[in-house]
Amino acid sequence: MTALLEDAPEARRDLSVRPAGADRAFTAVARGSGALVLLVMALVGLFLGFRASQALRDAGWGFLTTEEWNPEGGEFGIAAVLSGSVLIAVVGVVVAFPLALGTALYISEYAPRRLKPLLLSLVDVMAAVPSVVYGLWGLFLLQGQVAGFSRWLATWFGWFPPFGVQGVDPDDPLASITVYTSSIVIAGIVVGLMVTPIACSIMRQVFSQAPVGEREGALALGATRLGMIRSVVLPFGRGGMIGGMMLGLGRALGETIAVFLILSQVFDVKVRVLESGGSSVSSLIALRYGEATEFGTSALMAAGLALFLMTLVVNVIASSFTTRSRSGQGAEA
Amino acid sequence: MSVDLTAPGRHLAPDTRPGVLDQPLPVLADTRPEVRRQTSGFRATDVLSLGGALAAAVAVTTLLFTQVAPLSGRVGAVVTAYVLFLGLYALLVSCDESGPAVRDRLVSAVVHSTAFLLVAVLVLVVGYTTYRGAEALPHLNFFTDDLQDAGPLEPLTVGGALHGVVGTLQQIALALAVVIPLGVTCAVFLSEVPGRFARTVRTITEAMTALPSIVAGLFVYATVILYLGFDKSGFAASLALSVMMLPIVIRAGDVVLRLVPSNLREASLALGASQWRTVWHVILPTARSGLGTAIILGTARGIGETSPVLLTAGYTAAMNTNPFEGPQVSLPLLVFESVKSPQPASIARGFGTAVLLLALVLVLFVLARVIGGRGPGQPSARQRRRAVAASRRDAQRLDARTAPTPPES
Repeated sequence: MTALLEDAPEARRDLSVRPAGADRAFTAVARGSGALVLLVMALVGLFLGFRASQALRDAGWGFLTTEEWNPEGGEFGIAAVLSGSVLIAVVGVVVAFPLALGTALYISEYAPRRLKPLLLSLVDVMAAVPSVVYGLWGLFLLQGQVAGFSRWLATWFGWFPPFGVQGVDPDDPLASITVYTSSIVIAGIVVGLMVTPIACSIMRQVFSQAPVGEREGALALGATRLGMIRSVVLPFGRGGMIGGMMLGLGRALGETIAVFLILSQVFDVKVRVLESGGSSVSSLIALRYGEATEFGTSALMAAGLALFLMTLVVNVIASSFTTRSRSGQGAEA
Repeated sequence: MSVDLTAPGRHLAPDTRPGVLDQPLPVLADTRPEVRRQTSGFRATDVLSLGGALAAAVAVTTLLFTQVAPLSGRVGAVVTAYVLFLGLYALLVSCDESGPAVRDRLVSAVVHSTAFLLVAVLVLVVGYTTYRGAEALPHLNFFTDDLQDAGPLEPLTVGGALHGVVGTLQQIALALAVVIPLGVTCAVFLSEVPGRFARTVRTITEAMTALPSIVAGLFVYATVILYLGFDKSGFAASLALSVMMLPIVIRAGDVVLRLVPSNLREASLALGASQWRTVWHVILPTARSGLGTAIILGTARGIGETSPVLLTAGYTAAMNTNPFEGPQVSLPLLVFESVKSPQPASIARGFGTAVLLLALVLVLFVLARVIGGRGPGQPSARQRRRAVAASRRDAQRLDARTAPTPPES
């Protein structure tokens, strides 16, 4: 035995794999599909960039600071629409974060075991409801209910700039409520309810991965359920919480139809969110694509590209939060 | 179980020196029947304080809104009642609990109510749409007709949404014809042929999931319709939907394929199967349910999207069964166009169409649950029965082989 081993010349074995026959075809097809997808995606990106650059060369840096949208007249910029998109998304996040966090905690910590699958399905159904249905609901039902609340806020907290409303005398009991409809706040609430299930399902997933040993340790040391959640579940799931919410923010930035239905479009940089009127990049595109000249379409593409880049940055930050946290390490193996 | 030494009745011994007992403790507990301990978290006081706080909050709110203060509005009343409820509940609990327990109860109440609120929102969205759509749905012509003869002023007995249903189904079918083969193959590529190229494709695909759907629509509008000069058509809409759905399906499929246990893959390769056979016979069947779910959820997203269709499909009131020519309307677009009109009949039609759309999405969703409720590697009941039957057959075969030869002792 030993003699045999010693006699054998030490030839280095070839460890590389040379796929043969069907395998080579499989690898080729797989690579080809990857290349095709890459081609399509690159085409979208490059075409957007190319067409947008035509408009951007014309507008220069003023593109970022101009509020108006009149490409044919040479005056156009995304200051108003981009800030509108951001404001709507921020209102959406303010609405969605507590709702998503509470529901995720309920499903993972409080709900009776038999209720859990039902609740999970309900959250998923809510994510699958088309945005136009949310838009209808916001326009016909929510708007009337929230407008009164907006008036109350504006009357008592109007000294705080975002809650101020121009052109209304708060002491006039006959003032029309229409000043408070079609506002950024209403669009933001609807968008927030749309992104809540997305954020909620990610948070729930992360919370349910919190190690059982640490939970039991906290409870055995005499913590209440709240104490256990605060000392084990939330620190463990912090990355997932932030990541899930930012993913929701990304969706909220790009939402079109619900915003388009609710908001009355005004191209100003706004901070008074309770007041009627506002704008967003996506509803600008939906409003203006039909009447645009070739140059106008380029300008719309530039606006779309800006929105895409912003969403991209938000998503990248979201995924870095999710993977860098303790809870995300198992997910991306 | 802990024994409470300070309880009355334990110190019956005459010796009063601490820690010294001259006779065994009288076993008092044994003489009484053992009472079953209550291990559930609920106690009568919990229910009472909860109910009491709720009743008091409702009562105070009613008083405030009808008698005392000049307040009005349903939303305001609900918010006031809720805040009052939280305060009163904290007060009631603090009567017989300490600080941490009060905070625990309060947060528990808040968490329960947010979950309730989310479910209530879902019920409201679906319920309100159905309630408003109920006006249009009883008319049979709503399901069998298009809107060619029905302007916004016509009553609901004329016209329907059939052309929207046909348009939606054709557009999504065309989009799926692109997305399913390309998406699944690309997902297999990402997980089975790793390397630098796969990493690049994965990064780009993940970046593209950030593409807002309206920008996907704008891309197809600018290339296919403006640049190449085609008319607005169902086909253009399906292209826009494909661009939007492709990254979603690839990403979800990639995640599902990566969940396939690697020991299955290694076992197959170790048995001498080629890579192609491993993928076809081991990995795809294992991940089938998950891939089905990924595709169906992507489809539900695609069906509900309005914005790319708005830019590329055009609008027509007539039935168009040819997606390659002329404008073709789909359900979400029909909803959108109907509710833009101020006429009540048109709005009712819009809500009716929205109910159809919701029903379609829900059917897809239930389908996804039925197909893919299980993780990878968990066989369905039928697969499990088949495996048991095969195993039993093998056992019988082995028995038949060993039976003729008598056992040697």
